[in-house]
Parts: sequence; C-alpha cells; structure tokens
Amino acid sequence: MSIFQITRDPIDLASLRSTLLDSGSGGFVSFEGWIRNRHNGREVLRLEYEAYDKLALTEGSRILAELRNQFGLSGIACIHRVGLLEVGEVAVCVAAAAEHRRECFEAVSLAMSSIKRRVPIWKHEFYADGGDAWVQCDHDH
Amino acid sequence: MKTDNEPISITVEYFAQLRACAKKKEETHNLEQGDLSALYARLKSQYHFPLERHSVHVAVNDEFASWDTVLRSGDRVVFIPPVSGG
Repeated sequence: MSIFQITRDPIDLASLRSTLLDSGSGGFVSFEGWIRNRHNGREVLRLEYEAYDKLALTEGSRILAELRNQFGLSGIACIHRVGLLEVGEVAVCVAAAAEHRRECFEAVSLAMSSIKRRVPIWKHEFYADGGDAWVQCDHDH
Repeated sequence: MKTDNEPISITVEYFAQLRACAKKKEETHNLEQGDLSALYARLKSQYHFPLERHSVHVAVNDEFASWDTVLRSGDRVVFIPPVSGG
C-alpha cells in the first residue's frame, strides 16, 4: 500500500500511523517536517505552501510506489500540508512499515529527498523583518 | 513568418512566483505554432519572470513534458519553477 495526500488541514499523525499498521511488519519509521523559526539567518513568522495538486499527487504517488517496490515495504504514506502554516506546525509527514527497520529508515529518507526534488510544491516564507521569499531548494538537507 | 498551421488555443496556468509575477492564475493564449520554448520566452519577457528556462520544468495536460513537445489546441501548460516542498 502506498498513499500520497495533500491536505489544507492539520495532519492527523495518528491516523497516518494506523493506516500502516500491519501484522506482518516489525518496523515502522515516521518523519515529520516542522516549520522552523529561522531560515538563512532570518526570523520566519509563517509560511505558505502551494501545490500543483494534480501533478503533485501523480508524482508523489509515483515516488512512493517506486520505494514500496524497491524496499519491499508493507506500506508507505505521505501527507503534505498546503496553505498558511505557523512556526511549529507539521508541514509534511512520511511513514513506512516493513518487516525490518532498516528498509523503513532508508525508504523514508529517500522519500523525503525525492519529494523535495520532484513534487511540484512551493514554499513562500514570510519574515519578521517584513520581507518574503519563494524558497528555492537546490540541495538536499 | 507565415505557416500552414492553423493558430492554436492553449491555456497556461501559473503557480508560485510565476503566478505572483503574472498576477493571475491562468489565461488563454493563441499561438501560431506550439513551441513551448518560444511561449516561455514570450511570457518571461511579458511578465518579467526572474527564472531562466533551464531552471524551469514544464507540464502539459498535468504530466511532465519535454521542452520540445509540440503543443496542440486545447492543451493545458504549466511552467514549474524550482520546487521546495518538504
């Protein structure tokens, strides 16, 4: 099972976890991306995510299906939030379940890298100094 | 330049900083020929897009496309600035 979703509402982490529960899996790993209060030395007040929904869903689903096959996961899921988010909120969650932990860690890490690189979602940051910027992520953090 | 082709009508949808530059979500364009690079160059000049073509991807009808894709009437085009999800 692989699921990629985009939501305007706060991400329901418990529900994401329960969709991956599987009696044949001994490992579950989840990653949350949070809104941080600083970026490149500037104080961040809030940010707005925007998605090209249709292509983002297609490409996100493609990434997760690839990883599910590659690592033989029992399941992998991602929910990405869009709209206006405040510091401390969860912007994205990726989780994977499999027989053993190792493939879960690897798949979640690779999923985040691929999502940041391939899925048409954009981040618009608003700073305490009154400025704003469309973030361009050309490297993998 | 005169061509034998009928003019085509396509829709361009804008996202992120390109939407901010164009100050609109979408618009229709009539083109003499379905050349994506020429279309981007024209819009870049018209709306002062800050991004060169090499840093932009393109989608046609909600799938990634290559720049040499030839547009047909009714196509929906999205120029995709560098992404920054996660």
